Amino acid sequence: MHYESNVREPLILGDKSYKDITVDVARPVETAAPRAWWIVFSISLVMFLWGVGCILYTIGTGIGVWGLNKTVGWAWDITNFVWWVGIGHAGTLISAVLLLFRQKWRMAINRSAEAMTIFSVIQAGLFPLIHMGRIWMGYWVFPFPNQYGSLWVNFNSPLLWDVFAISTYLTVSTVFWYTGLIPDFAMIRDRAINPVQKHIYRILSFGWGGKAKAWQRFEEVSLVLAGLATPLVLSVHTIVSMDFATSVIPGWHTTIFPPYFVAGAIFSGFAMVQTLLLIVRKIFKMEDYITIQHIEMMNIVIMVTGSIVGVAYITELFIAWYSGVEYEQYAFLNRATGPYWWAYWSMMTCNVFSPQFMWFKKLRTNLVFTFLISIIVNIGMWFERFVIIVTSLHRDYLPSSWSMFSPTFVDIGIFIGTIGFFFVLFLLYARSFPVIAQAELKTILKSSGESQKKHHDPHGAH
Amino acid sequence: MAHTEHTPVVRALYLDDDVVLDAVKDLRGKGIKVKEVYSPFPIHGLDKAMGLKETRIAMAAFMYGLIGLSVAILITSYMMNIDWPQNIGGKPSMTWGKNMPAFVPIIFELTVFFAAHLMVWTFLIINKLYPGAAPQNPDPRTTDHHFMIEVAAGDGVVDALKATGAIEIAEA
Repeated sequence: MHYESNVREPLILGDKSYKDITVDVARPVETAAPRAWWIVFSISLVMFLWGVGCILYTIGTGIGVWGLNKTVGWAWDITNFVWWVGIGHAGTLISAVLLLFRQKWRMAINRSAEAMTIFSVIQAGLFPLIHMGRIWMGYWVFPFPNQYGSLWVNFNSPLLWDVFAISTYLTVSTVFWYTGLIPDFAMIRDRAINPVQKHIYRILSFGWGGKAKAWQRFEEVSLVLAGLATPLVLSVHTIVSMDFATSVIPGWHTTIFPPYFVAGAIFSGFAMVQTLLLIVRKIFKMEDYITIQHIEMMNIVIMVTGSIVGVAYITELFIAWYSGVEYEQYAFLNRATGPYWWAYWSMMTCNVFSPQFMWFKKLRTNLVFTFLISIIVNIGMWFERFVIIVTSLHRDYLPSSWSMFSPTFVDIGIFIGTIGFFFVLFLLYARSFPVIAQAELKTILKSSGESQKKHHDPHGAH
Repeated sequence: MAHTEHTPVVRALYLDDDVVLDAVKDLRGKGIKVKEVYSPFPIHGLDKAMGLKETRIAMAAFMYGLIGLSVAILITSYMMNIDWPQNIGGKPSMTWGKNMPAFVPIIFELTVFFAAHLMVWTFLIINKLYPGAAPQNPDPRTTDHHFMIEVAAGDGVVDALKATGAIEIAEA
């Protein structure tokens, strides 16, 4: 029952017991934060506060403080929105899709990846809200009875589909994450010595006791949630891409957008998971759980999705030429050779060229190199959204309307602010939540633990 | 826990999940009813060994999904076709059937929304889980690396538990 072929490499390194997993996972919560945590947290907090200032300035004055003009009416705000939503996708992919495919290696990384999903979707959600100008009218995006008729929202509009997709995605990801957290909070509660800490984790753990029937339902709920989250995650970026694809702007209205956006989302999300986990495993000494093998697996996903994105870029170019539509042809020629050529070629280099290094085992198992590529991929994916949005808009049908976009300090400040906010949330999570799904991980200790695999005694020693 | 005071139980602690699984089979073979097993992680096959019925929560989720689907059909048809039909971009929305393709994303999202949330609420309610609830496990070690079998007190129960490899036995 606990047998796994020795061809498979162990997922948990070292001579671990159930007790060791408990202690290792609880350690970041129970001990003082390392100095490195405080340094990164302080920097993130400053960035976040700067962003809050820029958001308040925008709300107080109006979105005229951004660099938008009448030709380029969407720029950094929507770029950042799509970028953050995309990053979120890897978390759901790891926790839901890999669960359905019974990929056991997901267990060490799914908790943090899902946390990343939730925190990045929060950042994404900020942008459409701020862009409304009158943020206090934000609730008008939901269909509720009112005294204007009733005047309803337009269910034909992709922007409204987005509202439903993003809110469903955020809330479902959150309950998926929280359901998994309940048994782990109970573990911390039962270990806590400090009464304040014990009380907090008692509230968070909902009284979980690990009864047989509760576990049976727990596993069923996880499976069904994974089954629901899998089409959901694909639908979310599909719908985000439809914000563009259903319009009539050359460069936007292409049918390749849904799969192309989803692949790009997974690509950028895995890069962000790499960035975060390489830091987490180092600061919290999780090298035995988040192993080189995990890093390598994720690098392979990055390589494959990066190549899919590359094929999509080239298909777009081919179809633009093949369509015979002048406007379409110009839009793509202009992307690669027009005034924003540098953004296009940054995108190509970062997203299509850089992941190809992962064909080499030496490189994809090298941590420093992986970290570097993960940053480059995230920069590249930001440029992809910028290229799609701004270069398609900046050359209007009338040459008299042609313009360029340059961000103001407020555009830049809000973007930096969301990066700060994201890291503030993630760092707080890493100090107060169990960063590894320890209950799940214990189920594979006997089959995939390094020393257990060596000894292979079904009633193994402890 | 309050209800355990009325029916005396014997609790045995174990250190290994396979031992627990064998113990449950062994005890049930001897005709001793296993009331509860507390474990730090799900033990594969334990529900069958204990004779627990299969959970119907997936079926509940399917029903909740159907509710979401109906709600989505209802609100889109009422708001877009009945209460305030509009001609948007030269595409009038006169009947729901012709308008439906544009509502597919909304219908899908609401189906998932209802299925996921109502299922999780059901899960919490039937397991009596809520913020601040008292821990259901009698021994805090069972969320760490210990496993506990709870059986009704009776003659020979303690000996039977000892024979299955329990490391600690307590009557409560």
